[in-house]
Amino acid sequence: MITKIADNIISPLGTTTDENISAIIAGESMLERQENAFDLQEPFCASLLNRETLSQIFDKEVGQNSSLTFFEKLCVLSAKRAIEECNLSPREENVLFILSTTKGNVENLEKSLTDDRCFLSNSASKVARFFGNHNTPLVVSNACISGVCAQIAAVRELLSGKYRYAVIIGCDVLSKFIVSGFQSFKALSPEQCKPYDIDRVGLNLGEAVGTIILKAGNPSKDTYWQYVACAIHNDANHISGPSRTGEGTYRVLNDILNEVSVEEIGFVNVHGTSTAYNDEMESIAIHRANLDAVPVNGLKGYYGHTLGAAGIIETILSMKAIDKGLILATKGFEHIGTTHPVNISNQIRKTDKTVFIKILSGFGGTNAGIAYRKGGNK
Amino acid sequence: MKVLSQVQITPSSVILNGKSISASSINGIYREFIGDYPKFFKMDSLCKLGFVAAELLLKNIPIEEKENAAIILFNRNGSLVTDRNYQKTISKEDYFPSPALFVYTLANIVTGEIAIRHKIYGESSFYVLPNPEESTMNEVVRNTFLTSSPSFILTGWVDYDNDEDYLADIKLVTK
Repeated sequence: MITKIADNIISPLGTTTDENISAIIAGESMLERQENAFDLQEPFCASLLNRETLSQIFDKEVGQNSSLTFFEKLCVLSAKRAIEECNLSPREENVLFILSTTKGNVENLEKSLTDDRCFLSNSASKVARFFGNHNTPLVVSNACISGVCAQIAAVRELLSGKYRYAVIIGCDVLSKFIVSGFQSFKALSPEQCKPYDIDRVGLNLGEAVGTIILKAGNPSKDTYWQYVACAIHNDANHISGPSRTGEGTYRVLNDILNEVSVEEIGFVNVHGTSTAYNDEMESIAIHRANLDAVPVNGLKGYYGHTLGAAGIIETILSMKAIDKGLILATKGFEHIGTTHPVNISNQIRKTDKTVFIKILSGFGGTNAGIAYRKGGNK
Repeated sequence: MKVLSQVQITPSSVILNGKSISASSINGIYREFIGDYPKFFKMDSLCKLGFVAAELLLKNIPIEEKENAAIILFNRNGSLVTDRNYQKTISKEDYFPSPALFVYTLANIVTGEIAIRHKIYGESSFYVLPNPEESTMNEVVRNTFLTSSPSFILTGWVDYDNDEDYLADIKLVTK
């Protein structure tokens, strides 16, 4: 059995998982209009971390460290908090570090095009070595689905028996590089995003880091979150446009539904970027998988799209929601704007079910999903 | 794991299943073995390299056998070559970011290009490693069969540094 034994989320809404889930239940968001941020002329709406405050927290909690970039400090701080929660000895040989990121330290290219810190594996190695771990860390760089793919990579390593623990960190920080690219795609909404809404016009970007620690073997507690099923599929259609038939996501859902029954599912936590095509594609896939009646929700209205962190933090928040018997509200949603009217709401709903499915899609035509079940004494 | 076929492409040689083939450059392989796929010329160098390497292994496999295949690639540079090119387009003095270039600042796009060409609907994954460690790559690929049942996996190292320094070393494997 593979169970989750610890987690952490650091976002503009808080530096612990509890602070984050409380803020979401209270309907908070730090998505704000940014003028002149990253030296960009065109304003945009994003949820940004306060670098000064977080660096101070890092210095106090971890100690001053000039060899780590801000991106790497976030990874270390989040992992440290999760590691301490479960008293893991991170230097042991049976612990594997996995990093989910799309762009890592890409902001460093602005100063030097040959900066070694831009190699993603350098960041992952620095983080693992910081904890005294000497296994080769995996970097999953699968665009926007990386956070779920990193969990799937962890599950496989644990199932193989080579490792007993996986520390999975998802992080991206925004920069002129990333924001200008999304602006060039005309993918960004100037206002707060409206997932699945008729008036949605694009996505918001956000910064966050999240850590999940998975363990192979018997659960350490009476109640636990257990991995159930996963899948990754390509649309084989377009490198930047979602499939019009939802093919990849449909196949992901179909694979997962071979392992869980519809009656068990509390909700599907969607990608819900709030772009016209992504949300439409997901609604088609959900319909084709006969999940129209199952509640769905999306969390981009609280955080924006946090890229490599999205799959990690949205998985953690889905677990915490079911712990509280809740289906989190889809902030920003008002009137259904997809061809297939999925079961979505801007209100918090109740559930007594124990399974959720987290799905993501991204550039490269990739789609991924993972399902977890709450087990043990209720 | 059983290796069905393999290919190595470097700036100086192309070796398919142990035999050197005449086409030398990446564009040379395109001209000799593909020729009718204009999207090729929009791709960045990493994608072109992975694309032609995959073509040599997949071109004779019937489409129905490819549907449930998986693509799992690794490298060291990620998409850094294109990242640098994109960075040059967003300086304050000379600001002209383009979506056609930005999309290639993701290393996994090469897996998508291969999936589109060959109608592969299975897994597509990209990992960045410090070095082409055979043991780590084989472990990841072997473990893929623990949670999925692809008909075969197209896997290996596809890394592009510059015109004088690149390597595609990929193979088709089954369980």
